[in-house]
Amino acid sequence: MSQAKVPAWVSVGLIPLLNILLAFLVSGLVFLAIGEDPIEAAGYLVYGAFGYDEGIGYTLYYATNLIFTGLAVSVAFKAGLFNIGGEGQAYIGGLGVGLLCLWFDSSLPLLVIAPLAIIGGALFGAAWAYIPAYLQARRGSHIVITTIMFNFIASSLMVYLMVNWLKAEGVMSPISRTFEESAWLPYMHDIFAPFGFDIGDSPLNLAFVLALLCCVFYWALVWHTRWGYQLRTVGTNPTAAQYAGIDNAKVTIWVMLISGGLAGLVGVNEIMGVNHNLLLNFTAGYGFAGIAVALMGRNHPIGIVLAAMLFGALYQGGAELSFEIPTITPEIVVVIQGLVILFSGALENMFKGKIEGLFLRKAAA
Amino acid sequence: MFETLILILDATLRVSTPLILAALAGLFSERSGIVDIGLEGKMLAGAFAAAAAAAVFGSAWIGLLFAIAASVSLALIHGFACITHRGDHIVSGVAINTIVAGLTVTLGLDWFDQGGQTPSLTGDARFTPITFPFADQLADVPVIGLIYSELLSGHNILVYLAFAMVPLTYWIVFKTRFGLRLRAVGENPHAVDTAGISVALVRYRAVIICGILCGLAGAYLSTAHNAGFLKDMSAGKGYMALAALIFGKWRPIPVLCACLLFGFLDALAVRLQGVSLPGIGEVPVQAIEVLPYVLTVLLLAGFIGKAVGPKAIGKPYVKERA
Repeated sequence: MSQAKVPAWVSVGLIPLLNILLAFLVSGLVFLAIGEDPIEAAGYLVYGAFGYDEGIGYTLYYATNLIFTGLAVSVAFKAGLFNIGGEGQAYIGGLGVGLLCLWFDSSLPLLVIAPLAIIGGALFGAAWAYIPAYLQARRGSHIVITTIMFNFIASSLMVYLMVNWLKAEGVMSPISRTFEESAWLPYMHDIFAPFGFDIGDSPLNLAFVLALLCCVFYWALVWHTRWGYQLRTVGTNPTAAQYAGIDNAKVTIWVMLISGGLAGLVGVNEIMGVNHNLLLNFTAGYGFAGIAVALMGRNHPIGIVLAAMLFGALYQGGAELSFEIPTITPEIVVVIQGLVILFSGALENMFKGKIEGLFLRKAAA
Repeated sequence: MFETLILILDATLRVSTPLILAALAGLFSERSGIVDIGLEGKMLAGAFAAAAAAAVFGSAWIGLLFAIAASVSLALIHGFACITHRGDHIVSGVAINTIVAGLTVTLGLDWFDQGGQTPSLTGDARFTPITFPFADQLADVPVIGLIYSELLSGHNILVYLAFAMVPLTYWIVFKTRFGLRLRAVGENPHAVDTAGISVALVRYRAVIICGILCGLAGAYLSTAHNAGFLKDMSAGKGYMALAALIFGKWRPIPVLCACLLFGFLDALAVRLQGVSLPGIGEVPVQAIEVLPYVLTVLLLAGFIGKAVGPKAIGKPYVKERA
């Protein structure tokens, strides 16, 4: 069965769409199972996510995190690696951002702190990805297992640091002191206000622009540099890459550094943009959600932005939904997320053979 | 001092039990070539199903059956994706973990209206400790009495079952025909196929066994170790079992040792909370909690021995056609 004869719209459009529809169909069944009308629920979801200014702001704020982690998972996928450690890398990235903000917030202006913190977050995230990457590249230990272990190590490390070193004085819960306002990334509604636009108060901040810039960076890097070509070659056929003189181990390490760096930028949005202090568990599963985003976005920046918006809408809409129908928890969004991973990831071949066969037979006739 | 040690070891047995069951579950799956990072999800689903059914029917045994049913269905989904449709094992595992994390809370809230928890279980709805004969009478005998009555006696049936599963697993995997085939499909599926044995069938059997054991582990969490289901109650134990499986190099007895070691570290961390040790000072609890993961990474990196998994692990088997 040759791939070439199947029309492109079938393999990049129809089949993925079918998989996602199936995921939503099963999600609908879950709603039915708990005795709720899926259509009504979908109405609340859509209204909550896009129906009013604040809702859109929240949707985009969630999407910001998901773009970062989606790109992180995706760039590793491109090189044939599975970075399941986005959660830990984002966590440590946030630590980097937080530390820089705590050190410089009273001495430097935002224009200096912001780039420093962005670089710091990316570096911390990258550093956390470096060890699993090194072990995979040079010592042959499986990156999936090591990144899982590093998620747990990151989590313990953060608890230790927060409880013993970074906790603000006179507070019971493990949170750091609040940064001075010079280390707050400006909110979008504050940026738009002087121009007379009222977009409603939401946590949406400048990190969203950073996320979009990262998409451009990703696109340019993967498809328009020599290095991106190497990366894709390693991902498609590592043996061929090696014969072509590409140092697979080096590519593995670099890809993971970029992947970890992208995941680390979640910290910019969460720590600098919204919470304005260091705290525990701010990553809230975005690292894992990034896997769904990358799979659904077909590892392309435009797809990732769209998928991140969809999941962002689900997060925000889910909150609205549980407010309207108290018997539904926002956790139902996690179920939908899991079903998307199942149908567009693990079961992606389910229809592929049949549908492609159909088109091939039609082409032959 | 001796008594403290016994108490820590006693706690170790209790904490290790779900790890042992889940790690053996992973052993069956991974020996057959199916990577399973969905141990966590299956365990959580088992815990929820057990607690929910036990709350409704008032029997821990019925809960156990439901736990196994829930966990096996997830295992079959994993098998369907990985064996039948040659999907990515890791993606499928992540999907299962994610679905279960959301679904248990969603269904829990709908069924019991207690914020995603199940009602707390009492009496027959829980597995209760089994006291060995003469345990109470022997309790005062020095050394042996304490070991017998405190350490060995007084656990629930699932603890003993978990430990009994270790030699049983060894026997199945290394001494039976099924075990030979199981190991063969994980190492060289083509050879098994050539011998006229269905690779898919052997792998499906393996994931079903994996499902049963994860169901037991889940039921232990919610109906034996605790009295009811709590959100995310597996709390990474599935991943720790995976670490133990690798640490034990995919062999039953070393896996048991790894589980006991990890369980011991866990029990120790609880004991050492806020305790100042002479000469060392206060050991941060997190430093002990993190040891299993650090040790596994070191092992994987080849710094302490070498962990080599089954050769065909994670690779879909495509039957060649002439």
